[in-house]
Amino acid sequence: MQAELARELPPAGFNFENCKRNEALINGGFLAPKTVKTGTTIAGIIFKDGVILGADTRATEGPIVSDKNCSKIHYLAPNMYCCGAGTAADTEMTTDLVSSQLALHRLNTGREVPVVCATTLLKQKLFRYQGNISAALVLGGVDLTGPTIYSIAPHGSVDKLPYTSMGSGSLAAMSVFESRYKPDMTEEEAKKLVRDAIAGGVFNDLGSGSNIDLCVIRKNKTVDYLRNYEIANRKGERTLDYSFLKGTTIVTGTKTFNLDITETVIPMEVA
Amino acid sequence: MVHDIADSWMDAAVSTGTTIMAVEFDGGVVIGADSRTSIGTYVANRVTDKLTRITDKIYCCRSGSAADTQAIADIVSYSLYYHENQTNEEPLVSEAASEFRNYCYNYRDSLLAGIIVAGWDKKLGGQVYSVPLGGMLIRQPYTIGGSGSSFIYAFAQENFRKGMTRDECVEFVKKAVHHAMYFDGSSGGVCRIGVITETGIDRDIFFATESKASKDQGN
Repeated sequence: MQAELARELPPAGFNFENCKRNEALINGGFLAPKTVKTGTTIAGIIFKDGVILGADTRATEGPIVSDKNCSKIHYLAPNMYCCGAGTAADTEMTTDLVSSQLALHRLNTGREVPVVCATTLLKQKLFRYQGNISAALVLGGVDLTGPTIYSIAPHGSVDKLPYTSMGSGSLAAMSVFESRYKPDMTEEEAKKLVRDAIAGGVFNDLGSGSNIDLCVIRKNKTVDYLRNYEIANRKGERTLDYSFLKGTTIVTGTKTFNLDITETVIPMEVA
Repeated sequence: MVHDIADSWMDAAVSTGTTIMAVEFDGGVVIGADSRTSIGTYVANRVTDKLTRITDKIYCCRSGSAADTQAIADIVSYSLYYHENQTNEEPLVSEAASEFRNYCYNYRDSLLAGIIVAGWDKKLGGQVYSVPLGGMLIRQPYTIGGSGSSFIYAFAQENFRKGMTRDECVEFVKKAVHHAMYFDGSSGGVCRIGVITETGIDRDIFFATESKASKDQGN
């Protein structure tokens, strides 16, 4: 019995069987499925009373738009939100994981978590994975030091800036910021600026499109998550319809059948 | 090509194509750096601070991969702070430099980091250490680093004198970094300078104005 069991055990060490199989599959033209990438425009700025984050809502799978209205501004903590660009699954999992770590930290310390704390958790995770987690993030929040914006690249480098943009549409968004950003803007001014920056990406970058999401986090800890703040690409209204008038098709002949339909109902036994 | 829209900016690593520099003087060190961070041909940050605090009196100048150098600086900073608390003594610049060397040497195959460690301690005063790409460690009276440094090797050798005053050192670093920013495409923005002495750091920013070279060419 023991000897039989031992014979069943697989040989020790690594097993490279699947490498051969995978190579054969690729050579046979079976390509691995593509990941959903959010060729994206995301941005964040500091204004007089807090921070504003912005994002477009297009998700792409290669050249195909896989979601016309996805949400790229993720929740991290009550005082922090985080925009994600890159592989959709990676940005979502990374922010979710850090969000739960922050929640535990908040319960352990009984205090509001500072924004640097989230930045450190995110950058250490991304650095550990040496850029294999495709997440480019714009993190915004307020804490006892005031409003802060961080941009975090996939390899784990961090920049602290008053205004920043990321994703394939970041150049379009940054050009808007570089020409119009000024310190201590009002909320209305700042919302308009972020809207225009994201719109720059939506209209001029192929990887970005559809609607504009905003998120306002104020110093007094109130948050406005403005989902679909602007629907920049409304679908056209159909002005004509294709229903045909009665009699459009000529009736060439009629034939009448009389059908007798009988139905018996057998009640279910419930005893 | 439409289907690789996301790839071009995702794959390139963020790097500090840089000019960094440090000079010893009697009583401290002067450190300087440009402020450009680039991803390929895109300037990701034009106001970067490459003079990174390790302790109050030890700073490092970072060049190479932004992620790598930030990660090492964070670890060394943590370790020296721990050391400071355990011993009740401010860490030596040589200790910081040696710690940087250990990480840069042991992980030399996976890191892209050229670091200058500079600071003041009560044992040896102002010191400048260079930890270049392979993980060597060497103390020098002055050192330059980053992609922009190749343009100012001759300038630095010609203009460095032993026993310069603090102000002369600041002027030397300022001129050198400005020349490097002018000739190196990957360096630019503003010139950040820090003076570390017994009392801590004094920081300054110098905006890039027209250099002598540009005037001579009539630009």
